[in-house]
Amino acid sequence: MLAGRTGTENIVIRGARLVDPVEGVDATLDVRIDGGVIAQIGEGLDTNEHRIVEAQGSILAPAFVDPHVHLRTPGREDEETISSGTAAAAAGGYCAILAVPNTDPVIDDADTLRGLRARAEQEAQVPVGFMAALTKGQDGSELAELGSLADAGAAAFTDDGRPVSTAGVMRRALQYNAITGRMIAVHCEERSLTKGGHAHAGPVAAELGLGGWPSLGESLMVARDIDLAGDTGQPVHLMHLSARESVDHLRRAHSAGIRASGEATPHHLCLTDEAVRTLDPNVKMNPPLRSAEDRAALIEAVKDGTIAAIATDHAPHSPEEKDVPFEAAPFGVTGLETSFAVLYTQLVEPGLLSLETLLERMSAGPSAIFGLDRPRIAIGASANLALIDLNATWRVKPTAFRSRSSNSWLLGERLRGRVKLTVAAGRVVFEQ
Amino acid sequence: MTDLRVVGSDLLPPADERRHLLSITDLSRADIERLLATARSFAQSQERDNKKLPTLRGRLVLNVFYESSTRTSSSFELAAKRLSADTMTLKAVGSSVDKGESLKDTALTLSAYDPDVIVLRHPEVGAAQFVARVTEARVVNAGDGKHQHPTQALLDLHTMREAFGRLDGLHVAIVGDVAHSRVARSLVQALNLVGASAILIGPPALLPAGLAPTTTDIGAIADADVVYVLRMQQERMQAGANFVPSLREYTERWGITPARIREGQRVMHPGPMNRGVEIDARVADADVSLVVDQVRSGLIVRMAVLYDLLTTGPVAVESAMGVA
Repeated sequence: MLAGRTGTENIVIRGARLVDPVEGVDATLDVRIDGGVIAQIGEGLDTNEHRIVEAQGSILAPAFVDPHVHLRTPGREDEETISSGTAAAAAGGYCAILAVPNTDPVIDDADTLRGLRARAEQEAQVPVGFMAALTKGQDGSELAELGSLADAGAAAFTDDGRPVSTAGVMRRALQYNAITGRMIAVHCEERSLTKGGHAHAGPVAAELGLGGWPSLGESLMVARDIDLAGDTGQPVHLMHLSARESVDHLRRAHSAGIRASGEATPHHLCLTDEAVRTLDPNVKMNPPLRSAEDRAALIEAVKDGTIAAIATDHAPHSPEEKDVPFEAAPFGVTGLETSFAVLYTQLVEPGLLSLETLLERMSAGPSAIFGLDRPRIAIGASANLALIDLNATWRVKPTAFRSRSSNSWLLGERLRGRVKLTVAAGRVVFEQ
Repeated sequence: MTDLRVVGSDLLPPADERRHLLSITDLSRADIERLLATARSFAQSQERDNKKLPTLRGRLVLNVFYESSTRTSSSFELAAKRLSADTMTLKAVGSSVDKGESLKDTALTLSAYDPDVIVLRHPEVGAAQFVARVTEARVVNAGDGKHQHPTQALLDLHTMREAFGRLDGLHVAIVGDVAHSRVARSLVQALNLVGASAILIGPPALLPAGLAPTTTDIGAIADADVVYVLRMQQERMQAGANFVPSLREYTERWGITPARIREGQRVMHPGPMNRGVEIDARVADADVSLVVDQVRSGLIVRMAVLYDLLTTGPVAVESAMGVA
């Protein structure tokens, strides 16, 4: 399902603290990679004339997997390309990303998909799985050719950016998708409740005079899609959850045995709608930032596994799109290059989340949902590793991004935790 | 608490290099007191034959209006002229905005004239903050979407104080489409700052939560010193918007008629009025109406705002204030 290059790196990473919560690894050891595959883990390993990376004081973890990235290709290559977006991913410690298909044109036919995959084989810095549209043109009425798209390598299906407004279409999609074995990921938004919405419907939006985008606009669709998943017996993945009511629905789904999964973004986990008071277009996203209670519910859900994946919803925008008044600005912020550091700084350091849980939700969690090979620290596994210095602090600068866009909500912020080296599918794809 | 009074060093505006008036939330009570005291002194200058003051000679005030306006644009222009500033009013219609120029480019273009103040009205929330960020000028927000219209709130405070002799303890009923009103947002905050109170009255879907107490019962205006009537905007009433079933039903339930006004109450409206919709013509034209006073206040309050942003010394009109 992933398109990209594999490597045959020979390298020894010496003295890092290895942390793989799923494998139950937490020890300071050397790792030897032979031909892109983890060959040996232990103390004082023979270097075999491999390249040596001295990593004392850093952690070595399974590299991250981002299930929700806007690569803007085709159509808006001024904002992001396969090459720049995957370079940003590599810098953020990712070894794989899934790209959503709300491009221009929409990826809803097998030829377009094959073309993109061929390009990714050449230019992607880390392997990319391309999601395809669930409905033709993502207009929510006619199913895309899910079977042909799956045969052509679709990683999953989504109309992200838009909801599937009609319950009947969503039901048919879930039913038919049983033949592909791919995940359907949904953007939950009841448009009749969110029309004209620019910020969470709450006291902040009321004071600022911004049209409200209510929690119910999300949770109503979450409830519907969970019920449809239960009805069809097919799995569904709920993208960028923001409201505590959505979390409650998902928790109930799990206790009822319904196969629903969820993801949360770094910005929803770190910010609340209080940030909107700045009227900075870089805190405008869809779904919007919500209340402190919603943020707390999301953190709790990530902690207890109700939400099993952290996704950046990396959404690059050109300066001319974002350099406008708040109300005129499009939704979306970048995230690939800052996700681990901001979550480490704002959740792990203050004690809201453990390092192990964060690492799991950024790697094994999303891999399991989408049926991808789990990055792991184990002998015989393909090398998908992130080397991170947890003591390094750095300032987020607009000029330092690998992404073509710099619409980050963290510009000027000081973060702790810096990716020093990323190995993806046996290739060194980033080195600080 | 006593009414607004001008006391010595409180009159000194903050010494920041570049100040703006973007939102009432940027102001302290002392700021409002200073601005209203300055306005009051200008009121006296406006009773003379020669109404022009030399204060801002050589300064440039640009009025940039992306939405139609009569009161606000004319009073800012006249306020600048009465203070001897150079002034120019640019309307979106007939300018490069028609050719698709972005707000940023328009702002940068106008910045080339080194304006001291840009007065901006724009349909989008955050426009004034944006222009303050991308230019070197001081910015006065003359209305950004449904967000803020701070000079309207200040002129309303001035009007109320002139009518009642005080602001502290006044109770104001704001009636109508609060949800889409930048006037209501700014006014509620300004009233809170000066020790007055507000209640919001109107149809359920037009009353946002969290700004002030709300009720759908028009009877609640009985407790108010001031009934502040908001404009029912036609565009909110399009078929299918469903904020209210019809204008007729709105008028019947929430329209301000002579029968609903009690002795001693005063009625205000930011304009333009829809006579026969939110306000009965017999109320609009009666002695209880302060609508014309509001327009008059608009001139001197905007003079005070321009003066305040462009001078750093104490208000040079102290003698005039002794009369208060």
